Amino acid sequence: MELFNLAVESIFINNILLALFLGLCSFLGCASNLKTATGLGLAVIFVLTITTPTNWAINEFLLRPGALAWAGFPEVDLSFLVFIVFIAVIASQVQLVEMVMEKYAPALYTSLGIFLPLIAVNCAILGTSLFMEQRQYDFAESVVFGFSSGLGWLLAIVAFSSVLQKVKYANLPKGLAGFPINMIVTGLIAMAFLSFAGLKLT
Amino acid sequence: MSFRNSKEWKTFTEPIIHANPISVAVLGICSALAVTTQIIPSIILMLAMTAVITLSNVIISIMRNIIPSNIRIIVELVVIASLVILADQLLKAFLFDISKALSVFVGLIITNCIIMGRAEAFALSNTPWMSMWDGLGNGLGYGYVIIVVAFFRELLGSGSLFGIQVVPDFIYAMGYVNMGIMLLAPGVFILIGLLAWLENALKAKGGKR
Repeated sequence: MELFNLAVESIFINNILLALFLGLCSFLGCASNLKTATGLGLAVIFVLTITTPTNWAINEFLLRPGALAWAGFPEVDLSFLVFIVFIAVIASQVQLVEMVMEKYAPALYTSLGIFLPLIAVNCAILGTSLFMEQRQYDFAESVVFGFSSGLGWLLAIVAFSSVLQKVKYANLPKGLAGFPINMIVTGLIAMAFLSFAGLKLT
Repeated sequence: MSFRNSKEWKTFTEPIIHANPISVAVLGICSALAVTTQIIPSIILMLAMTAVITLSNVIISIMRNIIPSNIRIIVELVVIASLVILADQLLKAFLFDISKALSVFVGLIITNCIIMGRAEAFALSNTPWMSMWDGLGNGLGYGYVIIVVAFFRELLGSGSLFGIQVVPDFIYAMGYVNMGIMLLAPGVFILIGLLAWLENALKAKGGKR
């Protein structure tokens, strides 16, 4: 039940995109086409679900203070290496996923196209890992947190992309078109998501 | 030739005004928005960001002739990540409270697209000296947008500036209430949208004249 609450919280209440502002660059860049937006969202879910637990394991057994006790170095504290290790893990896992997918699921691979490599520098991925480390989740929690953060991101980008389809036909003042209206639309979607605040299942 | 006409000055001011990384190129807004509820953390983030982007531009520019082009992204990431670790450790050592307030967003400087973008677009093809000015300009261009946003958010959201209350008590007594939404996510999105609109409108007007 606690895991379910965590999932609801990271999908709706603390939506990684609308409340924590992570992954905005690719969000604004890829939203104009609903199909690519959905593909990107699915790729983000996938990558988040595998990188967050991997980073959890690395942090738990190698980096956090006292983590090297099993190897006979209980005083070693490597936690300052967190950033560089996490980003390396993310980049190499994205590469790995890309190669495996190309071999065994070529259809999915071609439909995701260039979005897979782009995900490596998506702040949502690194951000989720860093939040996972900061909030000290355990293994099951980190799996759920990674997956549901990705799902929240997918929901947000699909909602935004659908709204943009309509905005295209609106008659906007000249300066408002483009980036400004995108931000305002995002703001309104974020406001809608605020109504989930305080939602808790017991 | 005075300093204001030099190439350095142009490289420095270009990203602040005409090619602002946030409001024109739409890069790096990811990490910018979450910390802008108050001015002081925003200034610190700006300083960290400017230091990282300037140094990473210089280092990558020095190495630009020896980096093999097919692994350059990894090399750039390693340089940037090491600099961010330095910045984070310095903040933790000397400004612990603010580093707590910034939480994971110092680390997220790594994935800030501005730094990667400048490394790719500028530092790989220019001398270290020019790259330094480009880095400084981009860092400050980024900083000025987040400080403007933080100014409005702090003023409207908590009625204070730099942590000091500026909205006098008698206005509250007359029924004025802080706009809580400015401190929450939707407020920022809408605020940035309006600021970018204002900027576009001003530019269009200046172009006509």
